[in-house]
Amino acid sequence: MEILVFLVPLALLLGGAGLAAFLWSLRSGQYDDLDGAAWRAIADDDPPPQEAPAKR
Amino acid sequence: MQVTRDFSHYVRAAGAGVQHIDLAVEGVHCAGCMAKIERGLSAIPDVTLARVNLTDRRVALEWKEGTLDPARFIDRLEELGYKAYPYETESAEATEVAESRFLLRCLGVAAFATMNVMMLSIPVWSGNVSDMLPEQRDFFHWLSALIALPAAAYAGQPFFRSAWRALSNKTTNMDVPISIGVCLALGMSVVETINHAEHVYFDAAIMLLTFLLVGRFLDQNMRRRTRAVAGNLAALKAETAAKFVGPDEISQVPVAAIHPGDIVLLRPGERCAVDGTVIEGRSEIDQSLITGETLYVTAEHGTPVYAGSMNISGTLRLRVSAASEATLLAEITRLLDNALAARSRYMRLADRASRLYAPVVHATALITILGWVIAGAGWHDAIITGVAVLIITCPCALGLAIPTVQTVAAGAMFKAGVLLNAGDAIERLAEADHVIFDKTGTLTLPDLEVTNAADIPADVFDLAGRLALSSHHPVAAAVAQAAGAKSPILSAAEEAGQGVRAVVDGVELRLGRPSFCGAEALVGSAALDAEASVVAFSKGSEKYILSVRQGLRPDAQAVIAALKARNIGVEILSGDREPAVIAAAHALGIPEWRAGVTPADKIARIEELKRRGAKVLMVGDGMNDAPSLAAAHVSMSPISAAHLSQATADLVFLGRPLAPVVAAIDSARKALHLMRQNLWLAIGYNLLAVPVAISGIVTPLIAAAAMSGSSIVVMLNSLRARSASREIV
Repeated sequence: MEILVFLVPLALLLGGAGLAAFLWSLRSGQYDDLDGAAWRAIADDDPPPQEAPAKR
Repeated sequence: MQVTRDFSHYVRAAGAGVQHIDLAVEGVHCAGCMAKIERGLSAIPDVTLARVNLTDRRVALEWKEGTLDPARFIDRLEELGYKAYPYETESAEATEVAESRFLLRCLGVAAFATMNVMMLSIPVWSGNVSDMLPEQRDFFHWLSALIALPAAAYAGQPFFRSAWRALSNKTTNMDVPISIGVCLALGMSVVETINHAEHVYFDAAIMLLTFLLVGRFLDQNMRRRTRAVAGNLAALKAETAAKFVGPDEISQVPVAAIHPGDIVLLRPGERCAVDGTVIEGRSEIDQSLITGETLYVTAEHGTPVYAGSMNISGTLRLRVSAASEATLLAEITRLLDNALAARSRYMRLADRASRLYAPVVHATALITILGWVIAGAGWHDAIITGVAVLIITCPCALGLAIPTVQTVAAGAMFKAGVLLNAGDAIERLAEADHVIFDKTGTLTLPDLEVTNAADIPADVFDLAGRLALSSHHPVAAAVAQAAGAKSPILSAAEEAGQGVRAVVDGVELRLGRPSFCGAEALVGSAALDAEASVVAFSKGSEKYILSVRQGLRPDAQAVIAALKARNIGVEILSGDREPAVIAAAHALGIPEWRAGVTPADKIARIEELKRRGAKVLMVGDGMNDAPSLAAAHVSMSPISAAHLSQATADLVFLGRPLAPVVAAIDSARKALHLMRQNLWLAIGYNLLAVPVAISGIVTPLIAAAAMSGSSIVVMLNSLRARSASREIV
């Protein structure tokens, strides 16, 4: 059962990483326009290069 | 006509040397529009960011400071085929966005905690029936506590806060039983973990929060989204005014940038966007949006002019008066506040359900504990069983029952051209059993229509239409539209307050007042409506009379019939003159009507109906309707309504037909039916689960399964609201 000493912290770490990623994506405005995001994914070509994504 | 436009009011700094503006755009529907707009705007030199938000139908633009005029973006969008206008986020909307993000953050935290705690619960559940060591089980329980306690403390905030607010006001709401259930379950679980017990409830408690947050988020997001789009439409009406920036120089500025004391210019054919007093000029104004009166009023030095009035014939200079001094607005605001205060007592279905639900649940839990103690069980076991009862009955499905239906129904209404302003509008609309219509602009179209076009030779009418294109007069605009005229007569000259004239092929054409065209004799002989405006057209010695009035909405008759078929009472309350109201009432077959009523009269009538137990739906568009819209049980406005009315109405409908009124009632009724059904489903599930819980054999697994089962059934049932508003009258 010593394996738990590694596996449990690892599981918590992975879960925490997932949560951190979600909070980061929320903060960077990726959920602001879900309709648009759905369409952007299938757009043929990239829009002309821009300096930065939308920031609030 | 070249006009300088000043949108600097809307521009804000976005970091070093970059300026930012948000534009509301009309007609953006798909990826094609999105790419076209972004490409078109990025092509302008010095633009650093052009990003379309398809959900809110807005464009965010950033550019190097001082290099571009925001008006250029509007022009560019116009070239691309989109109408746009600067959009300023209201503080209410900003708060809603922040709240919606907070809920999503809570939901994220709760969902991740649920997944991890559930994963830890699986070995415990299987361990309990096999060979798990008590130490290992305790270790897993402590791990679950480590994850669930901080997560619940964070993600439960929306419920705890609301429950605390309710309790400190000595009332109760949905969040009180939720908070008690979650806190008790967590507290008991910690005690059980310390006592090395077999069962704990961390997973059930945190999953409960997740499901409830889903419902809360859907509820919030639906309102936020429809309000954003309604806000865009209001902005797109582009309320600007021509302000004097120098003695002879004017600039077109947004209304938000105008202050009391400023002087503005009001040209013929323009709708006034501010309240003010005439200081120079003489004209006729159309106040139908404010008073409901369709006859024009003369405006001269000293006449007050209210926002929403249409200037008809001459150019006016107005001095902007403070809103507090403008008697009409002050009066309407006062009535509005009273009416809103009266309506805030309405209790939502969810709150009514929880008011019944909470005492029953708490009593059941208490009786369970006492019952087990009396039956000879120890206090500890009795309390554990009580907690199990609380968890199983915790209003998880109840919390989802209403928001999910509301979200789906709001989406269906959105497609039918109805926007929701208030979260509980659907419930109130479903209860409506009496509809009061305002006449002007609601039963009738907001713009004028030529009613006797068939009596006039087509070629003559075409000519009149072409001539009308040279005038800004709204009656002329109606003639031009009715004739479908495209090419103006170039030599046409307008005589202020009289009409337009031109000479074509040596024949003089005139369109305007009967006296201007020498057709006074015809006015008496022609059989005309009492409410019609009369305009004459002369071609040499041929004289014709055109009757122009506000036509009924194309499907008004069908809509009234459909309402009657649903056993809904219909009546007209209008600020307009009696003959005009009688004509409309007869045409539509509405026996009950009142004419020339003031805003206070309208409220009095609504109160009278309320006393008789009727639930009134008020449909109106004018500024004079705003207080009665607030006083009625539920209210609707067309999108052409005055700003104040639109903001007050619970629902706003788009387009020329009146059909959305019936469609919205139908969807709302179906939605309310589904909400009730969902509540019964939730209660039914609980009735099955509660005896199991009381008997004391419940494990966290059963609690979790019963809870999620009921939630999922409720969510699936809610999807049926989608098909609601398909059928047209």
